[in-house]
Amino acid sequence: MAQVAERHGTYAADFEVFRTTPAFGPEWLRDARTAAFARFLERGFPTSKDEEWKFTNVSPIASTEFRRVTGGPRVTAAMLEPFLYGKTFRLQAVVVNGRLSSELSSLSDLPEGVTISSLADAMTAQPPLEGPSLKTDHPFVLLNTAFCEGGVFVHVEPKAVVTEPIHVVFVSAPGAAPALVAPRLFVVAGEQSQCSIVETYAGVGESAVLTTAVTEVLLGPGAMVDHVKVQRETATAFHLASTFVHLYRASTFTSQAITFGGRIARNDITATMAGEGAECTLNGLYVADGDTLVDTHTTIDHAMPHCPSHEIYKGILAGRSKAVFNGKIIVRPDAQKTDAKQTNKALLLSGDAGINTKPQLEIFADDVKCTHGAAIGQLDDDQLFYLRARGIGQHDARNILIHAFASDVLNGIAHEAVRARLEEVLVEKLHLPS
Amino acid sequence: MLLEIKDLRVKAEDKDILKGVSLSVNSGEVHAIMGPNGSGKSTLARILSGHPGYEATGGTVTYDGKDLLEMEPEERACEGVFMAFQYPVEIPGVNNSYFLKSALNALRKHKGLQELDAVEFLQVIREKSQLLEMDQSMLHRAVNEGFSGGEKKRNEIFQMAVLEPRLAVLDETDSGLDIDALRVVANGVNSLRSPDRAIIVVTHYQRLLDYIVPDFVHVLSDGRIVRSGGKELALELEDKGYGWIDAAAGARA
Ligand SMILES: Nc1ncnc2c1ncn2[C@@H]1O[C@H](COP(=O)(O)OP(=O)(O)O)[C@@H](O)[C@H]1O
Ligand SMILES: [Mg+2]
Repeated sequence: MAQVAERHGTYAADFEVFRTTPAFGPEWLRDARTAAFARFLERGFPTSKDEEWKFTNVSPIASTEFRRVTGGPRVTAAMLEPFLYGKTFRLQAVVVNGRLSSELSSLSDLPEGVTISSLADAMTAQPPLEGPSLKTDHPFVLLNTAFCEGGVFVHVEPKAVVTEPIHVVFVSAPGAAPALVAPRLFVVAGEQSQCSIVETYAGVGESAVLTTAVTEVLLGPGAMVDHVKVQRETATAFHLASTFVHLYRASTFTSQAITFGGRIARNDITATMAGEGAECTLNGLYVADGDTLVDTHTTIDHAMPHCPSHEIYKGILAGRSKAVFNGKIIVRPDAQKTDAKQTNKALLLSGDAGINTKPQLEIFADDVKCTHGAAIGQLDDDQLFYLRARGIGQHDARNILIHAFASDVLNGIAHEAVRARLEEVLVEKLHLPS
Repeated sequence: MLLEIKDLRVKAEDKDILKGVSLSVNSGEVHAIMGPNGSGKSTLARILSGHPGYEATGGTVTYDGKDLLEMEPEERACEGVFMAFQYPVEIPGVNNSYFLKSALNALRKHKGLQELDAVEFLQVIREKSQLLEMDQSMLHRAVNEGFSGGEKKRNEIFQMAVLEPRLAVLDETDSGLDIDALRVVANGVNSLRSPDRAIIVVTHYQRLLDYIVPDFVHVLSDGRIVRSGGKELALELEDKGYGWIDAAAGARA
């Protein structure tokens, strides 16, 4: 262990400094952080021998010295403008390098029944909420737990129906040195409450950044949460994100996750159907070019009966980009009448792009419906020809078909302006003529 | 002369399919190409539309004074060539009316005309969809997705009506249509007959030609036009079937 600790010397040194600051938190949090960091040092970064990391080589992360950012460059509203969606969201929490910025956020006149605060304050003021993120052995979640300094806490009271969507913007803004950023979002939706959350991960600056994002959503009985995640960090960013969703009885979680890459973008999404009749939709679109690696690991854990789950993942891969998709569905013995559907499709726009994909069904109940389908392919020549035969130029025809491929995920985004912006980003990203 | 095909030879995947086809078509004329299955009718339609799977190994195709074979498929469409596909492809995720608007505006742009805005486009669509007794809901669905065979064919002719080509090639537009739909589609095509437009109707059966009466009928067999005549040739074929052609081809071989 000493050897490992040595290799992670800069993290250890930064952790010791962090330990002396007030942000390290109250007793329970200090304990949680200390345990998490010790565990991280013990297990180290994953290697290709870890089954869950077989195709994702994180050695570029392990070999870089990412430092906890204390100051960081000044982030202005103008710098964020490309990542916002005009005036779509009045309620906006902006988190820079893991800390909520009161200057950039606009959180006045909150609708009734909702509290949006710095997670740092919430962690200090409230008894610990034992979410699943504190029980995992995931190395990047451990790092986040150790170093997370704030982030955002959204609390929706029971029966509160919050129609105004809440936008949370996480900005990674490294200074001259590679930066470790540990943002966190914690959403608690009370019984029969309703809310809509959009997370945007933005990147400014040129140095490498390791963003260890953790999002946790707890849905009380009958709660409904509509969730969108947009990841648009820089090409040098490492985005290692974990999302934990816990659904109690008859709650509904709907999510569209749109990932535009970086150097490595890894998303681990775990939804636990912990109450009867809960329903969950996990959709995602990832778009990659250059040498980007996008890795998506989803787990839908059906622990209780009568829970439908829906999952559509689509990938568009250009350049030399690579993707990994691993969709695990667990149906536990009690989860009778489960209805789980999973579709995973990848569109390869170049001969050098590739994907490793694996459905993983672990079914321990007998009266269940589980379907999954995977398809990997290029643009359809017959469709291209049909469009061209009607006068549509080759580039436009490709463009139309790529948009069509992405549409069933993008169309799931309820916010028109977000959808429109993402379509533009898609075009820019793939250098499609607009 | 709008279209002049001379001694055209075409192959696909190393198979010689058209073995010297010549055909001249003037504006205002309707030509029917008939022939047994596998005689090369669709191949002729595809090579005219620029399908990348088909290669001309000999002969020439001149369209409006230009070398058609040199043109990209989209250029041909912009210059007024339209093919109604025998098997229109389904394109999930692409809205039918969005697709048509893109196509129409591509053509207009090519002609140096202003692109139509949403309101103007809707006007065109409304008028043309009445012509083909189209259910408006078809416009909001994805291109051909989940359409019945008949709906697909109707959609092809609807596109033709919107795009107003100078040369239309209809590949077995009659197959998959019941008699009512056939009448509607044929009426649509007839209303598009004009002195400025030529139509080539490819069909296996004579039935369609009762409704779309051709000026000329050509019989294709084993990659060659073996007979040409007026509309009465279609009736003769209906009477005698294609057997005599095969026999003639056999005798020649
Ligand atoms: N892309 C292709 N590759 C190989 N053979 C083809 C191809 N297209 C057509 N053929 C062959 O050429 C012949 C003529 O086909 P086609 O033009 O479709 O005939 P028709 O439309 O008259 O029924 C058939 O024997 C068919 O199998
Ligand atoms: Mg045919």
